[in-house]
Amino acid sequence: MTADKIFVAYQTIIIKEITRFTRIWVQTILPPAISMTLYFVIFGSLIGSRIGKMQNLDYMEFIAPGIVMMSIINNSYSNVVSSFFGAKLQGHIQEMLVAPVPNIIILAGYVTGGVIRGLLVGLIVTIVALFFTDLQVDNYLIVFTVVVLTSILFSLGGMVNAVFAQKFDDISIIPTFVLTPLIYLGGVFYSIDMLPEFWQSVSHFNPILYMVNAFRYGMLGVSDINIVHAFSIILLFIALLFCYSLYLLEKGIGLKS
Amino acid sequence: MNALDIKQLKKTYSNGKTALQGIDLQVKEGDFFALLGPNGAGKSTTIGIISSLVNKSAGEISVFDYNIDTRLSMAKACLGIVPQEINFSLFETTIEVVLNQAGYYGIPRKLAKIRAEKVFRELDLWDRRNDISRTLSGGFKRRLMIARALIHEPRLLILDEPTAGVDVELRRSMWDFLRQLNRSGTTIVLTTHYLEEAESLCENIAIIDNGQIIEHSSMKELLGKLNVETFIVELEDEVTDLQENKQYPLHQISANSIEVEVNKSQNINELIDYFSSNNIGVRSLRSKSNRLEELFIRLLSNNNSEEH
Repeated sequence: MTADKIFVAYQTIIIKEITRFTRIWVQTILPPAISMTLYFVIFGSLIGSRIGKMQNLDYMEFIAPGIVMMSIINNSYSNVVSSFFGAKLQGHIQEMLVAPVPNIIILAGYVTGGVIRGLLVGLIVTIVALFFTDLQVDNYLIVFTVVVLTSILFSLGGMVNAVFAQKFDDISIIPTFVLTPLIYLGGVFYSIDMLPEFWQSVSHFNPILYMVNAFRYGMLGVSDINIVHAFSIILLFIALLFCYSLYLLEKGIGLKS
Repeated sequence: MNALDIKQLKKTYSNGKTALQGIDLQVKEGDFFALLGPNGAGKSTTIGIISSLVNKSAGEISVFDYNIDTRLSMAKACLGIVPQEINFSLFETTIEVVLNQAGYYGIPRKLAKIRAEKVFRELDLWDRRNDISRTLSGGFKRRLMIARALIHEPRLLILDEPTAGVDVELRRSMWDFLRQLNRSGTTIVLTTHYLEEAESLCENIAIIDNGQIIEHSSMKELLGKLNVETFIVELEDEVTDLQENKQYPLHQISANSIEVEVNKSQNINELIDYFSSNNIGVRSLRSKSNRLEELFIRLLSNNNSEEH
């Protein structure tokens, strides 16, 4: 396949993905906007006003970057896992597998779809956040880079989950039992300085802590984690998940008999 | 040149089931080829391996001389697949299904739209282009699968039971379409359970059973092997005392119908003479089953008795 044909195939997968999640916007775009609004109302306005300052910031201001990041993580992941698993279940993944489109392009197309949905929902949640607090951006480059890298990482995670999933339960187990606890314990609602020393050390094994803090650093200029360290961790996970996802597609695991 | 060349293809699934025991198959360019076999014989596994949806255990496959191990992308570009099961996205419109498929082959959307219109019109799908695919009837779903497989203008089209569950009228119109497609140069490999369909459409044939090719020849040669044909004779009046005929074994199946076996070397006029001389009026004479069907059943039963 020539480069221009490969580009057409890549573009097709992206268009298909965007068409898919915008067609079902009531399931994909609206719920995160509503649930994140509730987070801001309950944790920010109602409870947050009684909590006081955190890292010298209003509590609402402190949690806003974490909540935006939480929506990006969830939506990037769920877009790829549900779309790829749906394609497997209905059998139309075969449309791509019988065509000469390289596996790396299939992977790139689905990941780009996940990133676009993650960024779109992240933007909507950011707009919602502006109704509750004045968000400042300390460093636009860091904010943009962290957001894109995080959504790539979780789109790749969604792909691995979708490849192994055999039934609908399998695509909700990881988000429910792994992703959600890691997000909640990843410093979205608190600074890890508040934890005892032992739990601070344990928290450092949570990769989401690095993403939330890198994003918070870009937005507010404060972080529990060294920013270079955070980027290294994110890039390392992307490299690992990318290689593993590509390996799974090349071997046809979960796709070919 | 062979459109399809399969050498010593073997497949054993992870559960230990051997689906293919080393098959050889050649399909010439421009051929209309039938691959027949009972359920579970290995037809779909063979098609799955050709289309790279199933990993082979051993053997080689070339599509227009492109080996699928070394030049898979080129082989795929030559190949169009119409699978047995409906497998397009049920939430997309019919035109989206086909345009997306074109995109996976690197066909720009502008060109894909022109091709989609042509193939949709040929298959009477044009008026349904904006329908959500799940709302189509079974027949239109089958046509959509064919349209999707043709959008990149493949040189080899493989159809796995394309007319299953389709009414007679639509089946006949699909036959016309496929004949026309074959005449325009597309090589076609067809699997079907309707043996009348294979006999009517195909020039060459292979029969697969238990993962082995048990027959591979032209349709003409194969039908020439049919030594005995069974006819149903409808009589004008009821017959109660049918005389035994050593030349033609007769079996009375009702008061006014008889089943008779006619050997290839025998003349059917003699059979008619026999009825005339016995004052038995014949209303009609028809073959009990399709000739290929009769041969197919005999070949399979021979193969099974050899194995036992």
